[in-house]
Amino acid sequence: MMIEFIAGKYNYWMASVLMMIGFYAIISKHNLIKKIIGINIFQTSVFLFYISIAKISGGTAPIIWEEATKYDNPLPHVLILTAIVVSVSTTAVALALVIKIYKSFGSIEEDEIRSMSVEETANRAAK
Amino acid sequence: MFYNHHFAVLIIVIPMFLALLTPIISLLKMEFAWYMAMLSATASFLISMSILYHILSTGDVILYHLGGWLPPIGIEYRIDCLNGFVLVVITFIALISTIYAKQSVAIEIKAEKTPAFYTVFMLFLLGLYGMIVTNDVFNLYVFLEITSLTGYALVAMGSDKRSLMASFNYLILGTIGATFILIGVGYLYMITGTLNMIDMSRLLVKYYDSNVMFTAFAFIITGLMLKVALYPLHFWLPSAYTYAPSAVSAVMAATSTKVAAYVMIRLFFTVFHIKIISQYIPVAEIVMIIASISVLMGSILAISQTDIKRMLAYSSIGQIGYIVLGATVLHSAALTGGILHILNHALMKCGLFFVAGSIFYKLGTTRINDLRNLSRIMPLQAGAFTLLALSMIGIPLTGGFVTKWYLIEGSILSGDWYLVPVILLSSLLTVIYFGRVINLMYFSDNSSHNNIKPIKAPLGMVVPTIIITFLSILFGIFATVPVEIASKAAIEIMGGSHW
Repeated sequence: MMIEFIAGKYNYWMASVLMMIGFYAIISKHNLIKKIIGINIFQTSVFLFYISIAKISGGTAPIIWEEATKYDNPLPHVLILTAIVVSVSTTAVALALVIKIYKSFGSIEEDEIRSMSVEETANRAAK
Repeated sequence: MFYNHHFAVLIIVIPMFLALLTPIISLLKMEFAWYMAMLSATASFLISMSILYHILSTGDVILYHLGGWLPPIGIEYRIDCLNGFVLVVITFIALISTIYAKQSVAIEIKAEKTPAFYTVFMLFLLGLYGMIVTNDVFNLYVFLEITSLTGYALVAMGSDKRSLMASFNYLILGTIGATFILIGVGYLYMITGTLNMIDMSRLLVKYYDSNVMFTAFAFIITGLMLKVALYPLHFWLPSAYTYAPSAVSAVMAATSTKVAAYVMIRLFFTVFHIKIISQYIPVAEIVMIIASISVLMGSILAISQTDIKRMLAYSSIGQIGYIVLGATVLHSAALTGGILHILNHALMKCGLFFVAGSIFYKLGTTRINDLRNLSRIMPLQAGAFTLLALSMIGIPLTGGFVTKWYLIEGSILSGDWYLVPVILLSSLLTVIYFGRVINLMYFSDNSSHNNIKPIKAPLGMVVPTIIITFLSILFGIFATVPVEIASKAAIEIMGGSHW
């Protein structure tokens, strides 16, 4: 019963585990690049979840074919193609930001940048 | 008024094409970028006015099928009273902010970056329009991401280097929120097999007890609360609004969280039926409590700020709570108040950020302590700030009063009387944080500044501020028109718009 619960729904388990790994990386890592990697894992888990729900047992690729009895649902694939584009753009924007952050702060460690920002605020207040 | 069937999609298509043309055209002359943005904003505003007029005069709902594909297969745009109203508010703010942006962007952003700025600015607004008109949950996610991605870029264009970190944090939290919404949409698609909102709400009836639907709801609401920036999930907002360029702060504070709140109302009442949120899952109550905390905490945190833009940002967190409160009290009067607050708060916050931007333009500072004697240095801005602050507090004859009146009426009629002290206490806290600034502006008698001459901000910044202030007061005195539209929208959407 328990095994069936775990093995029968392993796609959901995998998606959840990946999601939590990504989430953990986002929350606990101070390095901005590692955060971006976390975000990517987080998003990918959702993509895998979508792709796995498109599968119909015994289904083939959704291309017209005489011997096919069932087709997999192509819609989630299409949706995820869009979502992947979004994810890639997010990563691109994030990496561009990290480059700019490194140029102006000289660091990509979140806590160092934070202390520099606090200093900056104090300096401006002193003026 | 001239109306065409294709207006529903033109509101997206026009800014999209103009945004793509902007980088090319501005190769000829940098200044053309602003004219392109103006053209797009004006077109969107006129179209949205025409759409709203059409809806109100004929009483029907505008349905537009992209590419002629009928739902549930094709993507559908659907504009009813609520959408039409929110659309007019957002396009108006977009137009007025674009007028304002010209001068403010000229000093805050390097000249060679202005074409890029206006391109991104137009895409940002386009995403918002898309979120409002669409009737397809996945399309909603795509437009949400368009708005968010461009929003990160706009925040990062701030002149202060801390804007980069603000933008990065916004990106991380915004992506988490959007991904949560994507998961929720996935679950809904799993059980219903459709993405069209109306179709989905019809098919969801069978699954009111289903755990999948609960999970979907939980993910979507959490994601949206991140986007709306309710209290415990607000961390991206204050820094983003503080360090963004002035025009961006004004437009973002007035539109992006409001559109997210609109999406929340839409999902609560159109996709998930009112029965679900009141009987099957106590979502309405949970979100109502979160919104009340947000209303109070936003105001409390605003009191201790030393930067005027940051103070306004925290006050946004409190004010957005009102809109969400209106949606969760589950009474048509309260929802009317919530919808009205989309208009009133958009006007007030936009105007207040305009004033903050003008101060930064002329004095180069946004620190509250530097605002001493502002009433003598910039009398017009100080006056506008005071009137808008009165509206935020909810003094009678201002827009804010009308909202609070309906919210309080709704919460008393629905039996949630404990919201009344929350709303009133928040008004008192608003008095404290605005009173502190106004006190500095008017009554900090510093004799050395007596011979100071008033500084005039450019006309392009003064006129939008005056228009916004005037409208904010106008909608407080002659509140009938917006109230009628809002209450019509509230009743329509609460009645459940099933097929």
